[in-house]
Amino acid sequence: MVIQPGPVIFNTLHLPEPWKLSTYVSAGGYSALRKILAENIPAETIIAEVKTSALRGRGGAGFPTGLKWSFMPRQFPGDKYIVCNSDEGEPGTFKDRDIMRYNPHALIEGMIIAGYTLGAKAGYNYIHGEIWDIYEGMERAVEEARAAGYLGDNILGSDFSFDLYNHHGYGAYICGEETALLESIEGKKGQPRFKPPFPASFGLYGKPTTINNTETLASIPYIMREGGQKFLELGRPNNGGTKVFSVSGHVEKPGNYEIPMGTPFSELLEMAGGIRGGRQLKAVIPGGSSAPVLPGEIMMDCTMDFDSIAKAGSMLGSGAVIVMDETVCMVRALERLSYFYYEESCGQCTPCREGTGWMYRVVHRIEHGQGRPEDLDLLDRVAGNIAGRTICALGDAAAMPVQGMLKHYRHEFEHHIEHRKCLVQSGAM
Amino acid sequence: MSMLSAESLALIDKEIAKYPADQRQSAVMSALRIAQVEKGWLSTETMDFVAHYLGMQPIAVYEVATFYNMYNIKPVGKHKLCVCTNLPCKLMGADEIADRLKKKLGIEFGETTEDKQFTLVEGECMGACGDAPLLLVNNHRMESFLNEEKIDALLDELKNK
Ligand SMILES: Cc1cc2nc3c(=O)[nH]c(=O)nc-3n(C[C@H](O)[C@H](O)[C@H](O)COP(=O)(O)O)c2cc1C
Ligand code: SF4
Ligand code: FES
Repeated sequence: MVIQPGPVIFNTLHLPEPWKLSTYVSAGGYSALRKILAENIPAETIIAEVKTSALRGRGGAGFPTGLKWSFMPRQFPGDKYIVCNSDEGEPGTFKDRDIMRYNPHALIEGMIIAGYTLGAKAGYNYIHGEIWDIYEGMERAVEEARAAGYLGDNILGSDFSFDLYNHHGYGAYICGEETALLESIEGKKGQPRFKPPFPASFGLYGKPTTINNTETLASIPYIMREGGQKFLELGRPNNGGTKVFSVSGHVEKPGNYEIPMGTPFSELLEMAGGIRGGRQLKAVIPGGSSAPVLPGEIMMDCTMDFDSIAKAGSMLGSGAVIVMDETVCMVRALERLSYFYYEESCGQCTPCREGTGWMYRVVHRIEHGQGRPEDLDLLDRVAGNIAGRTICALGDAAAMPVQGMLKHYRHEFEHHIEHRKCLVQSGAM
Repeated sequence: MSMLSAESLALIDKEIAKYPADQRQSAVMSALRIAQVEKGWLSTETMDFVAHYLGMQPIAVYEVATFYNMYNIKPVGKHKLCVCTNLPCKLMGADEIADRLKKKLGIEFGETTEDKQFTLVEGECMGACGDAPLLLVNNHRMESFLNEEKIDALLDELKNK
């Protein structure tokens, strides 16, 4: 697997033992934190810098980070928390794993700066349970930071105290949803909470809490070191910075590519070595499995940023780019994705619990030659009835792939129903 | 006498220390994981012990153990193999890997071999799709970039353990 280094996230990758604290420091790491503490930089100034950077949340929704931070009631006298969402389980996404593997201290420094800015006394980093060696590596990195005086009481001799802990998941995609994640840290089933109240007022243990994705927080040290303007200029207006794109599927070189926001998709595909075995590009899921699929020709005109992909009718999401070549049967692809959402629905809301099962069963029967002519309208209806009617966004996440597939590849589904077999002949998948 | 070894209890205590003093139940996921590593699976007695240790209602512990799918709430073979078959892995040949395992072990997903050596399960995305196809051995060891030779070598290695 390939990793393309960049200035913000994979900035230690060219050095030996890139994950070590000493390596990170040699690349300018922890200097932003030192400066903030030495000069007592006010929280407002930090939030303003993050707003200037146009950093948008890397967890899927693309919410402006500076704005999110400004919602936190910093003057609230009790405990407050910063939580990092490293529960990366959106099919296609594997960037946070490599961030924690190769540059854990960028995340730790980002969380400490966030803790300082938001007035948090502690932070929790919730790590996907399946990547156990990464959890162990993060445990070591936190110990290293604590031993060097970056965590604990009176950090670097200042009057700021903050500590950081890793918490692991154990096999539940829904815990990536921020309020399910909080429930999970509290030692409960990971069932999303009804919002409002939002975590900024009622979060972990009922205290004000800010939740950000791993890559979001790992971008903070660069912004505070080099300035928000410089980060913004790495990308494009309203889409600051570089971003790590996880490219999977039918490319020669799957991997994580840290590239400027706004890079043309065609360039990213070229970096990833193009389509495997000289085949033709068929379709791309541009932002993790929940993002509607886009035909290759539409993707070839897109740039990799939130606004361009949204305009084309999909989402940049987590930046997970799933590439499919001409051998892929879209009915089969959707069958597997529908099964995933059915399997992972937490079951609290009827439209999601019943709807995900229904969609899976219908796509399954179409794939297995038992589709009925009315099935496509049925799928449209079920998907339309889930979206917007549930406690959390998993409902929409389950409906969007169905809607995207029916929009662009309806003829493949019709062929399956009519001829009881696949339109795609070569059938690698 | 305690249900868990002194080593396991020391590990659990380290986890409890991560949370505010009045939030011991936050360590339940770690405690169940540690208990499972020691015992192989989570019997009612083990879960009751964890509940008692953390000051939780037993039912609250059962809820957690049944919600997260890496906990073994029934006995499993000595080696639990969990193959990711989600779309990105499927595009890279996860189905062929799963078929090879099923054929060699003579079991389907969700089954355990008669000699209780192997359990095969189907997994969801593990956040490692760039290394596909892949599987987990007993939750904590990931085997990546699988092919037929690697599968054969892995099964040989595990059989002799
Ligand atoms: C079903 C579901 C799964 C999610 N999974 C993740 C995830 O694995 N990682 C993540 O950072 N955000 C995930 N999110 C989004 C989070 O709820 C939240 O928006 C995000 O962590 C906020 O961080 P950001 O503002 O830095 O992007 C998920 C949301 C939903 C509805
Ligand atoms: S939408 Fe689905 S996953 Fe989300 S809370 Fe409702 S049932 Fe649970
Ligand atoms: S789809 Fe298999 S690890 Fe992501």
